[in-house]
Amino acid sequence: MTETSLYVLQQLINGLTIGSTYALIAIGYTMVYGIIGMINFAHGEVYMIGTYTAFITIIGLLTMGVGSLPIVMLLALMTAIIISSTYGYAIERVAYRPLRGGPRLIPLITAIGMSIFLQNYIRLAQGSRDLAMPALVSGGIQFGDPAVFEVSISWMQLIIWVVTLISMTALALFISRSRLGRACRACAQDLKMTNLLGIDTNRIIALTFVIGAALAAVAGVLLGLYYGTINPYIGFMAGLKAFTAAVLGGIGSIPGAMLGGLILGVTEALTAAFFPSEYKDVVAFSLLVLILLFRPTGLLGKPEVEKV
Amino acid sequence: MQRALFPALFAAGVTFLLTCLVIGVRLEQEGPNLTVVGADAETWSWIGFAVIVVFLFQLFQQPLSRLKQRLPSPDVTGLLPDHKLRARLRPWLIALVVVGLFVWPFMVSRGAVDLATLTLIYVMLGLGLNIVVGFAGLLDLGYVAFYAVGAYTYALLSEYYGLSFWVCLPIAGLLAATFGCILGFPVLRLRGDYLAIVTLGFGEIIRILLNNWTNVTGGPNGIGGIEKPSLFGLEFSRRASEGGQTFHEFFGISYNSSHKVIFLYLVAVLLVLLTIYVINRIQRMPIGRAWEALREDEIACRSLGLNPTVIKLSAFTMGASFAGFAGCFFAARQGFISPESFTFIESAIILAIVVLGGMGSQLGVILAAIAMTILPELAREFQEYRMLMFGGVMVLMMLWRPQGLLPMKRPHLELKTS
Repeated sequence: MTETSLYVLQQLINGLTIGSTYALIAIGYTMVYGIIGMINFAHGEVYMIGTYTAFITIIGLLTMGVGSLPIVMLLALMTAIIISSTYGYAIERVAYRPLRGGPRLIPLITAIGMSIFLQNYIRLAQGSRDLAMPALVSGGIQFGDPAVFEVSISWMQLIIWVVTLISMTALALFISRSRLGRACRACAQDLKMTNLLGIDTNRIIALTFVIGAALAAVAGVLLGLYYGTINPYIGFMAGLKAFTAAVLGGIGSIPGAMLGGLILGVTEALTAAFFPSEYKDVVAFSLLVLILLFRPTGLLGKPEVEKV
Repeated sequence: MQRALFPALFAAGVTFLLTCLVIGVRLEQEGPNLTVVGADAETWSWIGFAVIVVFLFQLFQQPLSRLKQRLPSPDVTGLLPDHKLRARLRPWLIALVVVGLFVWPFMVSRGAVDLATLTLIYVMLGLGLNIVVGFAGLLDLGYVAFYAVGAYTYALLSEYYGLSFWVCLPIAGLLAATFGCILGFPVLRLRGDYLAIVTLGFGEIIRILLNNWTNVTGGPNGIGGIEKPSLFGLEFSRRASEGGQTFHEFFGISYNSSHKVIFLYLVAVLLVLLTIYVINRIQRMPIGRAWEALREDEIACRSLGLNPTVIKLSAFTMGASFAGFAGCFFAARQGFISPESFTFIESAIILAIVVLGGMGSQLGVILAAIAMTILPELAREFQEYRMLMFGGVMVLMMLWRPQGLLPMKRPHLELKTS
C-alpha cells in the first residue's frame, strides 16, 4: 500500500476511536430528546464530571496501592457511572421536571444555566488548570511497512472499541427486551398515552437521564484515559460534538446516534489529516449546519410534524 | 411523616453522592504526578450540613408547603400610583433620567464613568438580543458572533484603511446585519431548539476563524492600538496626530485624560438612547407586532398570511445590527480586541441579562444589565463565583419567575359579561 492510503487508514482508526465515544455521549441527547423533546444542554458537563470522578478514583486507588490495572479501571468505571448518573438524575429532578409541559424555550434556558453552573462548580472545587495523568495503558499493535508508514492501533484504542461495543449492545438489549425498555419506547411514541396506561412516566424520564448520564460517564472514563488530560471546560466541546452526532444520525433515534458519532469522528480525523487541525471544530459545526439545512431529520430520523 | 421518610433518605443520599467525590476530594498536580488530597474538616462539615438540610427539607416538605399556602402574599400592585398618574408622570421621568445621564459623569470619578460605559455596552447588547429572544422568541446562543463582527470590522478597517470610528459605525452595523441575514436565511426554517444550537455553532466558528486567521486578525494576539473616536475631527489625545487637532487645544483648556473617558461615555449614552428609541418605534410597527405574534403562535400567524421566515429574518437581522454597533463601540473603547472577548460565556451573560430582565421588557433588560455588570464590580470577593451565580440565577429564574423580574406589560381590554 502507498503512504497516503496507510496514512488515511491510521486516521480512520483514530476517527473511529473518537467517534465511538461521541456516539456514547450522543445517545444521552437522543434518548432525552426522543421522549421529552428537549435538548439537555448540561449533558456535556455530566460527561466532564464522569471524567473527573474517574481520575479521582484511579489516582486514589493507585495511592492506596491497588496495582492491578483491570480492577482499577473497572472500579473507576463504576464510580464514574454512579456519580454521573446521580448528577443526571438530580439535574432532571431539580431543573427540568418542574418545568415540564411549559413552553419549549424555558427548559432550554434552564439547561444552559445548569451547564454554566456545573462547569463553574467543578472549576471552583477542582481548579481550572489542566490536570494530566501518565498513561495507564501503553503500547499496541503495529503493522504496515516500517519504511513507508507504520499504522498503529494502541491497546487503549482497542479497549475503547470493546467497551463501547459492550455498552451499546447492553443498551440495545435493554431497550428492546426489558420491561423498562419497552416503557421507554412507549414514552417516546406517546408520553400522555403511556401515562394513561399506568406507567409512571416521570420515573421513565428520570431513567432516560440516568442511562444517558451513565453512557456519558463511560465515554468520560475512556476519553479521559485516552487523552490523559482534563479541565472543567472539556464538557462544552464534547457536548456540542455529541449533539452534532445525534442530529447527524437523526435526533430521537438510538442507532442514528451511534452512526452519527462514528461518521463525525471519522470526518473530523480526516479533516485533521489534510487541513490544519484547528479547523476540525469548524468542520464539525459546518456539518451540523449543512445537515440541518438539507436533511433536518438526520440520516435515520423520522420527520416531525408540528400540530396545533 | 413516615411516608416522607424514604424520599427524604433518598434525597439525602443523592446529595451526599453529588458532593462527596467532587467537593470532598481534590486533584492536585505536582509536576508530572497527580495526587488526591482530601478536603479539610470544614468542607466535610459543610457537606454534612447540606445533606442534613436536604434530608430535613424533604422530610417536612408537606407541612412546609401547607404553611406557605396559609401565609398571605403581600399585594404590591396597590403601592404603585394609578395608571393615569403614571402616564402623566412618564415623560417627565424619562426627561429627568436622560438629563441625569448626561450630567452625572462630570461629578464622579473616572473609574465610575468607565464602568458606566461598560454597563451601557451590555445594555445595548441586551436590548439587541431582546429583539431576537424576547420579541421574536428565537433563542440565539451565538449572539456574540455579531458583536465580534462589529468589533473586528472597526478594528480592521481602522488598521488597514485608516477609516474613522464614525465612518465605521454604520458599516459595522450593516456588516453584522448582513452576517445575521446570511446565517438566518437558511437556519430560520428550523425549530427553536435547533436554531439555538446552530447559532451556538456559528458563534464558535467565527471565534475559531478569528483565532486562526493570523495574518489578518492577528490570531490570539488580537489587534491593538485601535483609534479612539473623535468629536468632529477633534482628537482626545495629549498630542494631535499629523494634520489633526486635539480637543483641549481647540477649546484652549488644559489636557485632562478624563475628557476622553467622559466623551466615550457620552457616545455610549447616545448610542443606547438611539437603540431604545429605534426599538420602541419598531415594536409598535406592524413588523414588531408580527414578531410578538409569531412568538405566541406560529401556526396562527401562518394562517393569517404572515410569512414566518421573513419576519424571523428581520428580527434576527435587526438584533445582529445592534450587536454590530455595540461591537464597534467596544473596539473603540478598549483600543484592543482579541478573540478572547467573544467566547460563548459572553453570549451566555447577554442571554442571562435578557432572561433576568424579563424577556421582551426593555426596562427590565436595562436594569438587569446594570445589575449584572455593577454587582460583580462592587463585590470583588465574589468575582470568583460570578459565573456560578449567573448559571444558578438562570436556572432559578426559569423555575420561579420565567417571565423575568419586570415582565412586559401590555395594556389590554377585557370584555365583561354580566
